[in-house]
Parts: sequence; C-alpha cells; structure tokens
Amino acid sequence: MRTPDQTINEILDLAATHFKVSREQLSPDDDFFKKLGIDSLQALELLTRLENHFSIELPDYEVQGVSDFRTLAERIQTRL
Amino acid sequence: MIDLSRHQSLGSVLSEAVDKFASETCLIEADRERENHRLTYREFKEAATPMAKFLQDRGFKAGSRAAIIMTNQSCWPIAAYAVFYSGGVLVPLDYKLSAPEQLALLAHSKAEVLVTEYHLWRAITQSEGFENFKTRTVIVTGAPKKADMRGAIRWEDPEVEGEPVFVPRKRTDWACVVYSSGTGGRPKGCVLTHENYLEQCVSLTALYPFWPGVRYLSILPTNHAIDFMVGFIGPFVCGATVVHLRTLRPEFVREAFTRYKITYVALAPLILKNLQAGLRKRFDELPPLKRFVFDRLVEVNRALTRKEPRLELSRKLLKQVHDAFGGELRAIFAGGAFCDPQIIQFFYDLGIQVSIGYGLTEAGTAITLNDFKPFRADTVGKSLPGMEVRIVNPDADGIGQVATRSKAVMSHYLDDPELTAETIVDGWLMTGDLGRFDSMGHLQLFGRVKNMIVTEEGKNVYPEDIERAFDDLPVKEFCVFAANYIWPERSMLGEKLVIVLRLNEGQELTEELIRDLSRRNNTLLNFKRVSGYTLWDADFPRTASMKIKRFVLAEEIRGRLDRQDAIKEL
Repeated sequence: MRTPDQTINEILDLAATHFKVSREQLSPDDDFFKKLGIDSLQALELLTRLENHFSIELPDYEVQGVSDFRTLAERIQTRL
Repeated sequence: MIDLSRHQSLGSVLSEAVDKFASETCLIEADRERENHRLTYREFKEAATPMAKFLQDRGFKAGSRAAIIMTNQSCWPIAAYAVFYSGGVLVPLDYKLSAPEQLALLAHSKAEVLVTEYHLWRAITQSEGFENFKTRTVIVTGAPKKADMRGAIRWEDPEVEGEPVFVPRKRTDWACVVYSSGTGGRPKGCVLTHENYLEQCVSLTALYPFWPGVRYLSILPTNHAIDFMVGFIGPFVCGATVVHLRTLRPEFVREAFTRYKITYVALAPLILKNLQAGLRKRFDELPPLKRFVFDRLVEVNRALTRKEPRLELSRKLLKQVHDAFGGELRAIFAGGAFCDPQIIQFFYDLGIQVSIGYGLTEAGTAITLNDFKPFRADTVGKSLPGMEVRIVNPDADGIGQVATRSKAVMSHYLDDPELTAETIVDGWLMTGDLGRFDSMGHLQLFGRVKNMIVTEEGKNVYPEDIERAFDDLPVKEFCVFAANYIWPERSMLGEKLVIVLRLNEGQELTEELIRDLSRRNNTLLNFKRVSGYTLWDADFPRTASMKIKRFVLAEEIRGRLDRQDAIKEL
C-alpha cells in the first residue's frame, strides 16, 4: 500500500514525463492546468495515464472541479 | 417523422413517439468499453411511465417544476419524459456547476422535484446553503444500497400501482426554464414554451433529418440547449437512436464513433480541436510515400467538393479517415461556442461536414446554420427557416448587434421583467453579439456587445458571476471584465477575463497580493478563471446605489490604457 506522499510523488513524476516538463518545477499544490499548460481534455488524458499506472478506475466526475495535484492524489488514494 | 403541427406540447409528441417507434432502438448508454443499457422506445416507455406515476402520486401536476442535474445518461430523458407527460416544467441544470451554484438555481427556479446522481447529491447535501434547500422530492440515481440518502429516494425504489394520467398542455405553456447564466449574480432563467421547442425542432430537422437507424452521439451536456434538441427531442420525434457516453475521455469518444456507427454528433470546439490534433498526429506518422498519396487524395477531395459536399465520394477517396469515424458519420454539429474556421476547413477537406451555426438559449437553440450550399468556414451560415434575423444600428462596415425574431424565441426571463424588457425589444431578441450579413445572406460574427465570454468548452461566463471569489481582496476596489469588452476586437476567438484592480492610496502591488489573487482565482473552475490583471489608478465610477458603472469604466480604461501593456498575466 502506497503512502499519500508516495502517491503524490508518482503523480508528479508521471505528469512531468507525460507533458515533458521538468519534475523540479512541479509541486503538490500546483494548479496542473496552469503549470502543465493543459486544457480539460488533456487533463482527462492525464487521468487515463494515472489510472493505468495505479491500476484503478476513476470516473470523470471524481475529478470534476479538481485542479491541483494534492487533491487529485487524495482522490486516487481513496481508490488504492 | 411525427407531424409536429398536430401537437400542442412536448409531452404529447414524445408520447406519440414511444408508441410509433416502439420496436426501434431508442437509447444506448455506454461507459468506456462497457454498455450499461440499451432500450427500445417500448422499453423506454416502460421505464418512464412508472416515474411519471410516481411524480403524480407525490402531487406533481400541470405547471409543477422539476430540475434535472445529471451527466449524459439514459435516466436523463426518462426523467424528462415523465415530467413532460405529467404536464410539468423541466429545469435542466448544469452538472458541472458547483453545489452552491446548483442550490442557488434550484431555489430560484422553485423546483419541487430534483432528479440527480448520487455523487452530485452528496456534494449538494454537504454544501453551504443546504439548510435552506426546499425541493420536496429528490430522486437519486446510482446510490449505493446502504448510502445515507439525506431524505432522497433511490431511482430504483419507487413502486407504483396503476397508470399515470397524461396531462395536456397548450403550445403557449412553459416547457422549460433553462439558465443561460447567473449562478453568482443575476440568474437568467430563460422560460421556453412548448411552441418554442416544436418550432425549433421543425426548423432543424428540415436541414438535418433524423430517421430510425440514425445514431446520435450525445457528448455535450443534455442540459445544454443543443443536446436537448438534437440529442433528445429531434431524434425522438423521428425514431432515431441516442447514444450516451458517460465519459469524455478522448480515447473512448474516438472508439464510440466506430463501435456505434455514429451518424451525427454535436461537439464543443475544444473536443473538435482535440480530434483534429489526434488526426494530425496520425497523418504525421504516415511513412513519406503514404503521406504523399494521402495529401494528394485530400487535394482531390477538396477540389471535388468545392461547390457542395459529396459524402459518398469522400468516403471512398478517404476511406481510412471515414472508417475511423465509423464510416457512417454524416455531420458534426459544432456547438456551444464559436469555432475556429481553420478547424472546420480541416475537416471539410477530409469530407467530414462540420455544421457551424449560431444560437443562444434565449433564441431556443439555433438562429443560423451553414447549409453547405456551398461550404463556408468563415460564416455561421444563413438564417434557419422561420427565423428572422437583422442587424441593428449597423456601422459603416455593416456591423451591428444581431437581433432575431421567431416562434422559437423564449417567452421571458423567469421573475425578471426588467431584464426581459432590455433583451426582447418590440418582439426582437437582442443577442448582444456583433455581426454582419454578407451578400450571400451568410451571417459573420465579430465580437460581443455584452460583457461576457464563451469558452471553447461552450460555457458562458459572466464577470459578475465570478467576482464573489475575489470578495475582501485587500485592495480599494476591483472589477472583472471580458477583455474584449474593454478593448473590442473583431473576433470571437481567444476571449478571456481580466480583473481590474484599484489599489488603496500608498498601497503597492506586492508578490503577496498577486499570490492572494492567484489563490482566489484557483478556487474557480478552470474555465471561469481570470487570465490576467490590470492596475487602474482612479476610483471606479458608480451609480447612486454604489454599483460600478461598468460600461463607463471600460470606456475610461480603453481611453488611457493599451491592451497589450495593460494586461499582466496571472
């Protein structure tokens, strides 16, 4: 079982790799729309990557209104 | 298609549809690669009739209001049918609004019934303001068996005996109250009559007919005027099939086209742009020789379809592209917001018709639509049959405010005669958009008169609605504007919001203040956020009741500040 810190770190690693940004630039409280320069559909693509990585299924509505990595990690953590 | 002229109400026409097309497939509900439901019109009726009876048993009667807050799924039209059958007024609300916003609109609409989903209901019950919630009956889908329902009834639970009574309505009676905006400020509840919908349906199906076997992919939220019309009423009156997709993940949207052989789909420009990016990527990955051949085929298709679309020919020439869309796609309706002409042209060159139009909730969906005679990417088409459109006070270039008059224009704004009088003048709906007709009778749009933006996701955002997020910001005063309202640009693209700050005397713009601004901005949904800020060095002009004179302030700012220099990115 991952700790919440592990989960958030893995999310940041994956986001940095997928959207080709430096990992050092990302921190848990960042707004991912702004920091990654993505729109709502690209955010859904990120979600699919995260689902595959964590082997979970997150309905779209679970992340509706979520825009920072920390809250996203909390939602994922509840499904691990 | 059912003869709509014989009908007085949506309840009556839908009721005929479920009998007339009983054995046709009515709804398919898909979630990722799974199929949740598949219903014929007969099965739809069997699901909706007990719901109508249940509502009636709870005192729901002619003119009673029922709100729906649901993602696109089969329960949406089933609940709507039950409401219309019972003579009720439907209040379709946006499931993407925050719970406090939904509570505010539920209160404003005076809905007696709410039909919603469990996760949305949970958010509503945990929201600030729930203590004042007055809706009598709440029906919730997808609730776990042991869930605390907080007074709501599970969708699956109602057991009823007997048949509901069909409640007839007149054409002039209210069918829906649809909120075009006003979640944080002044609610704009458009009251649309049965006549508004029946007339709009006749106009649209004349250009884009449905028939049994046609499959419409429902992605735009069904509470949105476009999906309500082309993803519910239109297909139903023609016996077509509506495919609901419960996810917007691009990969599943793409799969749905092929799996369900989609005929029509309505998409927000953002999704269209995403599809274009996906296709471009695939084209770029072709080996050089294949790419060369492909590009020549696109050129041939472009040349052969210059005067008019030739769908069968395009399907043969560019088979792989059309197969990726299921091979039976006839048109994509680009709706909800203005669409970049180069995207439309990209699809047209591939033989895929993207039908662009122009409309607003107040006008009962669409006012103009491109008829492809010939294809034009640079306009929003010609007036639909039955819609009168004119340009009010045109300038030297012929550009002025677009006004429309038709049987599809809303009756009024709910409980707001003042706003109604400002918006409907001598029977003409003032759209707040700037446009011009060209010599071919095509409407071109050039911006807005109103202080608002429409995002690529098709969301109307009014500055007044988001200012609450900045309450108590430690500055002397602030005001949010659509940047194009201060500095008009003859374009409908790239609209953004800007917050104008007036600092206290001696106050400096500090990093801390900018962080505070960003933090508050981030509490808003991403499409509602301001893009930048502008510093202003004079007190805001105000009315006697201390309201900001936005128009005057915008003029003052425009007179002294240049757009490029004034907007600092946030």
